[in-house]
Amino acid sequence: MPARQFDALIEAADADGGVEFDGLRVSRAGGEAASGGGYTFVTPEHEAADLSESELRAHAEGSPYVTNWYFWEHEVRRHDSPRRAFLRRAEAADEHAVHERYEALAEGLVTEWGQLRIEATLPDADDGARRYDVRHVADAGRAVDDLETYRDPLDARELAKYDDDGMYRPLKTATNAPTGWAFHDLGWRDAVETVETLYPATVANWYREREGTLDIDHWSDTAERQTGIYGVVEELPREAVEWVAEAACDDSQCVKRREWQYDEDDELAADGGDGAFPCREPCSLVVAAARRWTKLEEEDPREYTFRLTPSEKEQIEGILDAVADGRVDGIREADVYEDANRYRTRYLRAKLFDDDGDLAGVPTDPAEHGHDGEDHHGEDHDDHDEEDHGDHGDDDHDGHDDGDHGDHDSEAHGDHDGEEHDDHDDEE
Amino acid sequence: MSQALVVVAHGSHLNPGSSAPTYEHADTIRAAGAFEEVRTGFWKEEPSLREVLRTCEADEVYVVPMFISEGYFTEQVIPRELRLEGWDVEDWDSDGLSADVATYTAADTGQTVHYCGPVGTHGSMTDVLVRRAESVTGDPDVGEGFGFAVVGHGTERNENSAKAIEYHADRVRDLDRFEEVQALYMDEEPEVDDVTDFFESEDVVVVPLFVSDGFHTQEDIPEDMGLTDDYRTGYDVPAAVDGHRVWYAGAVGTEALMADVVLERAADAGADVSGAIETVRETTRVAAPEADD
Repeated sequence: MPARQFDALIEAADADGGVEFDGLRVSRAGGEAASGGGYTFVTPEHEAADLSESELRAHAEGSPYVTNWYFWEHEVRRHDSPRRAFLRRAEAADEHAVHERYEALAEGLVTEWGQLRIEATLPDADDGARRYDVRHVADAGRAVDDLETYRDPLDARELAKYDDDGMYRPLKTATNAPTGWAFHDLGWRDAVETVETLYPATVANWYREREGTLDIDHWSDTAERQTGIYGVVEELPREAVEWVAEAACDDSQCVKRREWQYDEDDELAADGGDGAFPCREPCSLVVAAARRWTKLEEEDPREYTFRLTPSEKEQIEGILDAVADGRVDGIREADVYEDANRYRTRYLRAKLFDDDGDLAGVPTDPAEHGHDGEDHHGEDHDDHDEEDHGDHGDDDHDGHDDGDHGDHDSEAHGDHDGEEHDDHDDEE
Repeated sequence: MSQALVVVAHGSHLNPGSSAPTYEHADTIRAAGAFEEVRTGFWKEEPSLREVLRTCEADEVYVVPMFISEGYFTEQVIPRELRLEGWDVEDWDSDGLSADVATYTAADTGQTVHYCGPVGTHGSMTDVLVRRAESVTGDPDVGEGFGFAVVGHGTERNENSAKAIEYHADRVRDLDRFEEVQALYMDEEPEVDDVTDFFESEDVVVVPLFVSDGFHTQEDIPEDMGLTDDYRTGYDVPAAVDGHRVWYAGAVGTEALMADVVLERAADAGADVSGAIETVRETTRVAAPEADD
């Protein structure tokens, strides 16, 4: 045990009340230094009284209870803070006694946090300073040397930005966290910082929930609060909010546990999930997508008649499922038994689309005929364009924040050029 | 009492580069050590504006918006999302350019929040525009023989954004460093499309007053000025246009010295940043060319 730890123990034992922490009790008879009385040293396994300072040192030496006390009370400190509570969770400190934890920490104590695997270890039991390894749960069995290793929590920002296919991740708690990296041999401070960088504010919100002070904003609260281009989401029908939650907030999509409901007295039927930490209000992605859904839900249904074979109907359902479940990329090129197989889908399109790109030759709008296939696709994009203009008009009041324009940027990249949309606009 | 700095910005659901300048400036300030905590929060990314305050342990928080002008975001969205109790835009007592700070309690965390005006309207932003010209030309003394254009959106959506452009163009002009200085706009006269019509000087530095690079600064403006026919193929710096050499700088917000403006905002609001401003000014300096270059 380092001298500074024993010095701190003496000082604390001499102070009013002595030490009482995680099973360790150290105090001085008479309660303070001036009394000159002997020390008492108590752990669940051991008890000794009337000790001189050197006898106390002999008892304290090698005791996990002492290094444990030092780690929590002199290093981590900050009682009633999210970071302390989170680190206590990382070694199940409130459930297991110190000597059990030290045995487990010697092997490595693993907890999970969303897709993160956090391993707490104790390389030097004589010191008590925990070290942490943070990585993707999928990399649990991999040697550190096989992974890209990092030490600076700020590196997690860039890392969390892209999934394994290099696609931008706008939602940090989406289920597509990249793999193949490890933040290794971190001190406690950097461990919390790394987790909070990968999953921002999750520790703070988990802690609030644990303390019974989580401030949940339900759908109706969040929708009412919106202004500018998002003001319309308030008009999204109740049943559609159900579909929003099912589409976007399911455990398959986001590791947060949805705690917000339609409103305080009106729970959504969709499953909120089993995540370790709560989602306290609809996120900006949900609000932005809901804006699109609000506009789409303004349309009235129409009756269309298509003639499909039973297998074609099932194939369309299968394609919907494959896209919705993100399985398309995993479908093998020659696996023509998969509905969403590319050849199967191209065949279906060749058979069912007419020259205008209309399914089974049925125009989307019976009054409209004869626009070409590109324009058909253009319709959606037009809406996009409109939304972008809306951004300029409202949300972009400050004018120059390129964030929104960046949005426009990527949309434009994805969707051909703006001129086509303009053409289409003109037609309408 | 410990103090935290929170830099708030728009962010993007689609453009991964949108947050980069905000991160970079936050890192510069963090390294200077004036704040116990330096955090970033975003409208479209995480931590959200809604939850960024609870990621700070400090009781005293300085919030600086990475926005170019006073407007919808600085006056409505940010104060609302941060839950600034009793926010009233009148508290800024601004003429559209002069918002400095107003102090509130955050309803959810109880923290004292010093809500600062946007970076774009701070006087020191003029220095960043000039620094941007130094960066893009690689010349810390650039000025002689050079024209200088500040580019903004225009008044169509927000009157204050054009005010900021004029303000900085005037201040750059007053430096008497460049041969000519002109404010140009994307959607009104004088238009950036005709940039070379406004300058006699052969060399012209063009700096958009934007927070981060994106659609306008990387696609629209380069194409409008004739630097390239297709932004995807890139453009030269300088690019030859109508007998001029146009040094297009991209968004001013990406310039390292922006960190100084953020700090100045916090300092004006009462933050103790002693020494940090000098450190940041020094570490973000443009290196003079080697003597034998």
